Amino acid sequence: MSIYNAPLKDMHFALHEIAGLDEVLALPGFEEITAELVDAVLAEAGRFAREVLDPLNRSGDTTGAKLDNGVVTAPAGYREAYAKFIEAGWNGLGADPRYGGQGLPHTVAMAVQEIWNSANMSFCLAPMLTSGVLEALRHHASPEQLEVFVPKLTAGEWSGTMNLTEPQAGSDLSAVRTQAVPQGGHYLLRGTKIFITWGEHDMSENIVHLVLARTPDAPEGVKGISLFIVPKFVPNADGSVGERNDVKCVSIERKMGIHASPTCVLSYGEGKGAIGYLVGEENRGLEYMFTMMNHARLGVGIEGIGLAERAYQHALDYARTRVQGREIGQRSGDRVTIIHHPDVKRMLLSMKAQVEAMRALAYTAGAALDKARRHPDPVEKRRSQALVDLLTPIVKGWCTEQGVEVASTGMQVHGGMGFVEETGAAQYLRDARITTIYEGTTGIQANDLVGRKVAFEKGATAMTLIEEMRALDAPLAALGADFNAARSNFTAAIDSLEAATLWVVDTSPVAPNAVAAVAVPYLKLFGAVAGGWVMARSAIVARAQCEDPQSDREFLTAKMATARFYAEHILPQARAHADTVITGSSSVLALDEAQF
Amino acid sequence: MKVLVTVKRVIDPYVKVRVKSDGSGVETANIKMTMNPFCEIAVEQAVRMKEAGVVTEIVVVSVGAMQSQETLRTAMAMGADRGILVDAGVDIEPLAVAKLLKAIIQKENPQLVITGKQAIDDDSNQTGQMISALMGWPQATFISNITVNGDTADVTREIDGGLEKLTIKLPAVVTSDLRLNEPRYVTLPNIMKAKKKPMEVIKPDALGVDVTPRLKTLKVQEPPSRSAGVKVADVKELVAKLRNEARVI
Repeated sequence: MSIYNAPLKDMHFALHEIAGLDEVLALPGFEEITAELVDAVLAEAGRFAREVLDPLNRSGDTTGAKLDNGVVTAPAGYREAYAKFIEAGWNGLGADPRYGGQGLPHTVAMAVQEIWNSANMSFCLAPMLTSGVLEALRHHASPEQLEVFVPKLTAGEWSGTMNLTEPQAGSDLSAVRTQAVPQGGHYLLRGTKIFITWGEHDMSENIVHLVLARTPDAPEGVKGISLFIVPKFVPNADGSVGERNDVKCVSIERKMGIHASPTCVLSYGEGKGAIGYLVGEENRGLEYMFTMMNHARLGVGIEGIGLAERAYQHALDYARTRVQGREIGQRSGDRVTIIHHPDVKRMLLSMKAQVEAMRALAYTAGAALDKARRHPDPVEKRRSQALVDLLTPIVKGWCTEQGVEVASTGMQVHGGMGFVEETGAAQYLRDARITTIYEGTTGIQANDLVGRKVAFEKGATAMTLIEEMRALDAPLAALGADFNAARSNFTAAIDSLEAATLWVVDTSPVAPNAVAAVAVPYLKLFGAVAGGWVMARSAIVARAQCEDPQSDREFLTAKMATARFYAEHILPQARAHADTVITGSSSVLALDEAQF
Repeated sequence: MKVLVTVKRVIDPYVKVRVKSDGSGVETANIKMTMNPFCEIAVEQAVRMKEAGVVTEIVVVSVGAMQSQETLRTAMAMGADRGILVDAGVDIEPLAVAKLLKAIIQKENPQLVITGKQAIDDDSNQTGQMISALMGWPQATFISNITVNGDTADVTREIDGGLEKLTIKLPAVVTSDLRLNEPRYVTLPNIMKAKKKPMEVIKPDALGVDVTPRLKTLKVQEPPSRSAGVKVADVKELVAKLRNEARVI
């Protein structure tokens, strides 16, 4: 098995040179955070991931979480690892300092999350959901609720879950049926929730479920859904855990991947009813949940990146050690490691290029989120919000789709051994497969992108971004003949994105069905071109940095070559996606149900 | 009592070390560096002694390039109170390091100096012993346990064939072995706090120490790659090979 090493150099490069960490650290509230501190945080996170989380990844996959009579036990070692994780204070990384958090920027939190996901995605789903719950409570909970729940959740002594899905209410949450009946100062909940990640486990002292449910007089549909806090143990007045609430885990799913993370069916109120506390006002639950979903969607995009990075490191290690065949054209002499074979190099580069593009794009979205929250200039604040809104479905949809592809390529590098479980490459592919599905499928992300993000504002933010991309033409030209193909591919890809965006804007009002039919190809197009944008910027920065004799030329020249690879091997897909978008919707809609 | 702990910045043990193409040394530029693991154990020991109320102040010292400040910050995140960097570059040998440390020790007057038994880069295993000689202090090397009793300390040393228990008079120098403790993971809040702890940078000149290397490196090369093994038919052949070919018995 390979050992995970956090890609600190590339993270540093993406954070500083592409996402603009310096601007983020200059925002109000981050006065205490310096670039050196961020480096130290990432280095220590990398170490913790390498020594504590990564070694449990394979064993957790093999044994999985276990359910016995309502009690879920995490795989061996996970409870201890979680205790170390919260003791080291990692749980409160991005959380509010008023409640014991460390208040680091989202941009940095995303980089750290990438590290956790690379090492052990199943494990880090628990703290990720806790931070989602904190995000929702921070915006909508009452002062008393903040007081009781937030410090414990920040410390990780209590963990959090999101309860949206029911058997009949998946992507369509208007069908939620769980009932919440007011009684005294609280509510009693009854109903069944499914797909609850880490919904029951033995790692934390208490579990705080955020649950969508309907009050008795609630209107039909999405406007009648409220949000409740339902703790596994009802807290006493002094904050200690009290009686066991009427919520239990009735089964855990057998899944393709993320085996260490229990995916629970939770039954609320089989007895006297589960005690729940209303968050904010009645009937606004979905709206509140969405504040946490956007945050969570970026987080799932990061999962795709983390797994892709880990799959790359695993494949690279194998390619450097597996000896097979001779160099092409050599009939005698020593046999070589497979990394000498051009097609293996191509596969590794396709992994490396996509990971680096996704990383730089996701951190850029993280920086936009920080600026949208904290920038003192209202114009910049609005501009950043528009950018993060646009990029969120792309980071979620595209980075997870590419994550699956990269993990699959990682298996391919291993040849037959990759298909054998004990090699470890298969787990990354199996784990990655959920990321395109949960927290809104790629189809849902694509609909969000074409509808609420692009068509709604007539493509304004997308067009601004396209202009920014075009402005790179002159600096790319200055990189010289090596970059000729890359530059012209980039221009063509931007043209494709622009044409498809105009088509989406023009077609949406008249034929929203047609747009929905090609929304996923549009999302993939946008992702590929946005990846080209950050890679082009990377190449330009890398070339400039090479002028410094003290610079890390090995890293920088690799960055330039990787950017070229991206432009020559991945960007040409943009044209194909754009053609599909512009011409392909009618064939999708041509068949009626019976003809399938 | 005050404890002085030394730390060295070395290549991360997970990095594959490469020899420079001109054979002048190993590649360290742009390579991930970290605190020498034995130094980490030394810092951990001091922090545990402080938590136990035996130690009141931990001063952590590094001799090396300016980047060693990162290593000192890590030690401070583990619990050291302040840091001193002697900015002496990387081409520095144990005797010069020991002399620089002697100057610092004379200024700081600690009751105990804890060093790692050796650094994993050069494996010199000399600095602790040299400090002891230069200071005229007792030394206990390769320790796996230490208990301070007033002005003496009971230590357990890991020696060939067993453990040796000694009582040494303080002030003294001890060097940490692997089993002394298991260093903690640095906590995030402590990383944040460490950046506010005081750090002093001193030039070797200011300490009156000549750090000119006394050794000349002729050439650094990769160790020869291991050749394939052979299967032996029986014990007799094995013994014969060990005696006649390997000449180890």
